[in-house]
Amino acid sequence: MTAAPRTLFDKLWDAHRVPIETAGRSDLLWVDRHFVHEGSHHAFAKLAERGLGVAEPDLTFGVADHYVPTRDRDAPIADPDIARMVETLEQNAATHGFQLFGLHDRRQGIVHVVGPEEGLTLPGLVVVCGDSHTSTHGAFGSLGFGIGATEVAHVLATQTVWQSRPATMRIRVEGRLGPGVGAKDVALAWIARLGADGARGHAVEYAGAAVRGLSMEGRMTLCNLSIEGGARMGLVAPDAVTLDYLKGRPFAPAGADWDRACAYWTGLAGDAAAEPDREVVLDGSEVAPIVTWGTSPEDALPITGTVPDPARAPDPTRARKIAAALDYMGLAPGRPLDGIPVDRIFIGSCTNARIEDLRRAAAVLEGRRAKVPGLVSAGSSLVKAQAEEEGLDAIFRAAGLEWVDSGCSMCVGMNGDRVAPGERCASTTNRNFRGRQGPGARTHLMSPVMAAAAAVTGTLTDARPLLAGREVA
Amino acid sequence: MTGWTHHRGKAVALPVEGIDTDQLIPARFMSRPRAAGYGDFLLHDLRFDADGTPDPDFPLNRPEAAGASILVTRRNFGGGSSREAAVYALADFGFRAVIAPSFGDIFAANAVNNGLLPARVTPAAAETLLEILERAPARMEIDLEACSVAVAGGGEEHAFTLDDAMREKLVNGWDDIDLTRRHAPALDAWRRGLKTDRAWLWPGGGTG
Repeated sequence: MTAAPRTLFDKLWDAHRVPIETAGRSDLLWVDRHFVHEGSHHAFAKLAERGLGVAEPDLTFGVADHYVPTRDRDAPIADPDIARMVETLEQNAATHGFQLFGLHDRRQGIVHVVGPEEGLTLPGLVVVCGDSHTSTHGAFGSLGFGIGATEVAHVLATQTVWQSRPATMRIRVEGRLGPGVGAKDVALAWIARLGADGARGHAVEYAGAAVRGLSMEGRMTLCNLSIEGGARMGLVAPDAVTLDYLKGRPFAPAGADWDRACAYWTGLAGDAAAEPDREVVLDGSEVAPIVTWGTSPEDALPITGTVPDPARAPDPTRARKIAAALDYMGLAPGRPLDGIPVDRIFIGSCTNARIEDLRRAAAVLEGRRAKVPGLVSAGSSLVKAQAEEEGLDAIFRAAGLEWVDSGCSMCVGMNGDRVAPGERCASTTNRNFRGRQGPGARTHLMSPVMAAAAAVTGTLTDARPLLAGREVA
Repeated sequence: MTGWTHHRGKAVALPVEGIDTDQLIPARFMSRPRAAGYGDFLLHDLRFDADGTPDPDFPLNRPEAAGASILVTRRNFGGGSSREAAVYALADFGFRAVIAPSFGDIFAANAVNNGLLPARVTPAAAETLLEILERAPARMEIDLEACSVAVAGGGEEHAFTLDDAMREKLVNGWDDIDLTRRHAPALDAWRRGLKTDRAWLWPGGGTG
C-alpha cells in the first residue's frame, strides 16, 4: 500500500501532532515558536493564578509592539496604563527567562516583522501568538496562526495547542502582476471575491507563478491578510527565495544545522498528486490596484471603480450593509473612487511596513510633496535603520510626512496614534473596521504605492501614472 | 469552569452582519485586568456616543433587553482580531450563547474556552429567529446535547452545528491545561525525540 499523497499543509500538521489518544477530540500540536507581546498580560495572569511556569522559555519570544510609543522613546512613557503594559511584559520576560525584544532593543519592532527578520521564523514550524496576523509566518512554509489568551496560557504552560484540523484551500494566482500591483492587491482581490469569511475553517496555500514571483516581503503581506478572508492560516511552500532570505539571519540554524534543516525543509513540498479540498484561481495579470470603500476588507474594489450603490445590491441584507458602511464612511453611491479626498495617510503595520514596502512608497514620493499629513512607521527598528541608510527617510520627510519609531501604531491605535473622528485615512494596514484606527475613523486599505499616491494628490488615486518612468523595488 | 447542557434565557436580536471583535470591544479598553469586568465595554462604540450617552435605539440598550443571555445575529460574527477580551465583554454582560450563521474561527475557540456557546445555524434559521426577536426579545431554549435551539414554549426547533471537541468542552467544562498535563509522559517523549532528530528547532543565542 502506498501512502496517500499529502499537501504541504498535511505534512506540517502531521509533523506536529503529538501522538496521544485524543478520542476524537481535536489534535494536540507541538509549538516551535511562541511570540508574546504586551497584550499577552491576560495569559500571564492566568499562569500566575495557577502557579505555573513557562514550559519552554527557549522557544518563547517577547516583542513590545502593540502599545509602544512611536515618538520620544528616551523619555518616560507619559500614559501610566501604557507604561504598565510595557513594564509588565519586561517583568514577565525576566521572571520566566525568555528572550525579549523590548522597547529599547535595537531589534524591536512589530512581532510579525521581527520574527522573520531575526530568523526565528523558519519553514516547517508551528508558530503561534496571541495576535490574528500570526498568519504572516506561513509565508515561510510554516503553520502560523493567532490564538486567544486562554490558548496563550496553555502554550506557555505546555508548549502545545489544541486545534481542530482545518480543511485546505489552494489559491492559485497565475500570470504576472502588472506594474504598481503587489501582494496587497492580490489579497484584497480574493477577499473581495470570496468574502471576509470566505476561507473560514480553511488553511490556505498560495501557489502559482505570481506567488512564486513574490519576494518574501510580498509573501508575508499575502499570508498576513489571510485572516481577513477568514482563513485559519495562509502558507507558501518554501523555495530558493525563502532560503536566500533566511541564510545567515541571527537565530537561523547555521553550519551543519543549516544543511540538516534544508534537507528537512526540502521534503515538505506537497506531493504532486495531493489535491486540496477547494481551489480558487486568479489571473494575476487582471489584478488592478485596489482600495476598500467600506468597513470590512471584503468591501474592496479596483481604484478605477465607483462606490457601490445599495439600490443595486443583490438582496436587502446586503443593501442594508452597504448603506450602513457608506453612512459610516461618509460616501455617496456611484461616485468614482479615484478622487475621493483623504485627510491623512498612514504607512505602517505588520501588513505593509517592511523594507520593500518603504522603498515602493518612496519611489512614488521622491521629489514630491504630500498634500495631506501622514505618518510613516517602519515595521521594525532594523527596517527603520536600513531605510535611513538608504535615504528613504529623507524622501518621506522632504515630502512632509512624519518619520517615527516602529510599532503597531496607527493600525490599531492602542499607543495613542489615532485617526481623529470623521477623518479619512489612506492606510497600508489590514482592517478598515469601524473605529479600528480610532473612534469614528474612516479607513481605506491599500498598498504602500497607493497610500503614497494618496499623499501626493490628497485623494484616493491610481498610483500607476505616478510611477511611470520610476524604478520600483 | 462548570459545564452545561441546557440553557433557557432571554434572547435579543442584533440584526447586523460582520460584527468584528474590534466592535465587540474597542482596543483602548483591553489594558484593564479581567477582574475589573468587561461588560460595560461590550459593543461600546455602537452602544454609546462620543460623550458616553447610550443610544436608546441600540438593541442591547432597550429596557426589554435587560438580562438577555442569548444573542442572535447575522453572518461572520467575531471575525478579525484574536482578542479574547471580546468574549470577556459578552460573558461579563451576561451572554451564554451567540446564534449566527458563521463565526470567526479564533473567536469561536475563545468563546468555548470561556463557556460561551457559538451556535452556527443556517442563514434561514437566523433570519427566522431575528424576525421573531426584532418584534420583542423572547425566551429561548438551548439544548447542547441535541444541538438545537428554539423559542421557549413550543417554538420551531433549529439545529445548530458545533465542532464535537468544542461541544464536549462546553458540556464537561473541561480545562485544557489540566487535560494536557495528563499527557505529560507522552509530551516528554515527544520533546526528547525532537531534541534528537531536529535539534536545530531550538534557536541558538541569536549569533547566526
